[in-house]
Amino acid sequence: MTATMHRTIAPARRTSSQNRARLIPTIVIVIGAIYALIPVAWVFVASTKGPGELFNSFTFAPGSGLWQNLGALFTYSGGAYGMWAANSLLYAGLGGLLSTLVSASAGYALAKFQFVGGRIFFAALLAGLLIPGITLAVPQYLLLSDLHLAGTQLSVLLPSIISPFGIYLCRVYAQGSIPGEMLEAARIDGASEFRIFRSVVLPLMVPGMVTVFLLQFVGIWNNFLLPYIMLSDTNTFPLTVGLNSLLDRGSGSPALYSVAIIGSAVAILPLIALVLTLQRFWRLDLIAGGVKG
Amino acid sequence: MTETTISTGTGRATSPSLARRRRRPTAAPYLLSAPAIVLYVAFTVIPVLYAIGISFFAERLTGGGILGVRATTFVWFDNYLDVMSDPQLLAGFGRLAIYGIIAVPITLGLALLFALLLDSPGVRLQRFGRTAIFVPYAVPGVVSALMWGFMYLPSTSPFSYITRSLGLGSIPFLEQQGIYGALANISIWGGVGFNMLVIYTALRSIPNELIEAARLDGAGEVQIALRVKVPLVGPALVLTAIFSLLGALQLYGEPLVLKPLTVTISSTWAPLMKIYQDAFALDNLPVAAAASIVLAVGTAAVSVVVLLLVRWTTRRGMR
Repeated sequence: MTATMHRTIAPARRTSSQNRARLIPTIVIVIGAIYALIPVAWVFVASTKGPGELFNSFTFAPGSGLWQNLGALFTYSGGAYGMWAANSLLYAGLGGLLSTLVSASAGYALAKFQFVGGRIFFAALLAGLLIPGITLAVPQYLLLSDLHLAGTQLSVLLPSIISPFGIYLCRVYAQGSIPGEMLEAARIDGASEFRIFRSVVLPLMVPGMVTVFLLQFVGIWNNFLLPYIMLSDTNTFPLTVGLNSLLDRGSGSPALYSVAIIGSAVAILPLIALVLTLQRFWRLDLIAGGVKG
Repeated sequence: MTETTISTGTGRATSPSLARRRRRPTAAPYLLSAPAIVLYVAFTVIPVLYAIGISFFAERLTGGGILGVRATTFVWFDNYLDVMSDPQLLAGFGRLAIYGIIAVPITLGLALLFALLLDSPGVRLQRFGRTAIFVPYAVPGVVSALMWGFMYLPSTSPFSYITRSLGLGSIPFLEQQGIYGALANISIWGGVGFNMLVIYTALRSIPNELIEAARLDGAGEVQIALRVKVPLVGPALVLTAIFSLLGALQLYGEPLVLKPLTVTISSTWAPLMKIYQDAFALDNLPVAAAASIVLAVGTAAVSVVVLLLVRWTTRRGMR
């Protein structure tokens, strides 16, 4: 490999050209960062503008309506926004937690046991990754409405718990992090399989589970299609569906635009904080390296 | 040598082979995967079978004449033929293709570019860049569509504000000529960060000796990036490509959010919008089911084609 490279490469030039070569990458990264941050900056600036200022001032000039907007946001439709935020937290928090536990136990079983049907289940899971959300969402809605669950919070929570990708990641992680000898030793000591799972396997899998939880939390928090199809009562909406309904109504009266804008700003704040603080716990090498096979 | 000393030292560790022989088949793996299997069957297998089932039925008049009764009848592939010849849906698939051809390659290209820059030596502001470019991942698709929507809308857009004060008029983001770029931009903005981090993580796991060897052979950083690093992170690239494709084919929330801001987006602009309309507004579930199965099969086909293409090109590259 290195031999072929040697032949095709011109002799490297030094100093000044190298310094220039490193300035350009830095500039490219800064441009990328600006591109990524501009809409976020815009939405925070725009959320300080009163309805009158929104259309009449330069868009990056801060306005004076922040408190008025916040007041309008949290009193909109009898405090609906607070409800939506609580619902998002419920769906993403509880759904993410249950999803992580279900994924960890199934991933461990698939990684460390040879059992009849295990391979079939795993293949079916991988196929499930390819099915578009809508293909599932419409029949899921019909089935849940037969069970009189459509429209309830359970109808969003339950389908969110199963995550083929989460199980796949837990399987990869369990394969790499749980030594078979440790399981054997625990078995010889007479520990039950449940006890082994709880006090040997789960502690070892925590780093992988944190990653799966974060992916699931963000995925459920950001999901739109499933709650949009399942729910019709505004009291059960998560933030994504609630903000969409707000904008939809706002197309008739632009006064609601500033409520939609500050609603977006408040909605992304906790998530950005969460992702940034937990960034170092992410084990993305799971995703990056787990596809070698 | 060391192994024997250890095993005699601990005593118990001498018998792992014996233990393995004694191991009886247990119910443990079934109990451990039971919750996942039950949920997977309930919320994936059954819905898929159900969708396939109802896609072969339709409400038809039976008995003939004015006195005919509406009844659910088995109609073979009629719904699929309807779907395949529905001009609205076909136009939707066409628009989806244009959108995907813009969005997916640019997302992956930028993700790879930034990942390589973050991984090359001597580049400044890497930590800041990594964090900043990852921020959009935390923003829900609907919210980012909403933010960009206002940045496109002529009366609130900062870009159009600048072009207007230069006497150039507003930028037609939400008009016919700009809408594909506008929608693609939203998904590029949201997708680059996550894919970048996946590729970057793969880059970090490349053994340093490989890079050093290439550097000693006189390779420049660009050449190392293109000829050593990119081939080695192939699996991560394939995975991000498939995920981006799946995401692109499920385009729904973004056009739905932009719809109130522009007349360019009709209520059947994307295939999923049309399917949603069929299912819930027109109450025509069999056709909606058939259309979503067509979309699912198409998605799987596109993914398989991508995988085969990748395999073919890497094999050619090896030679």
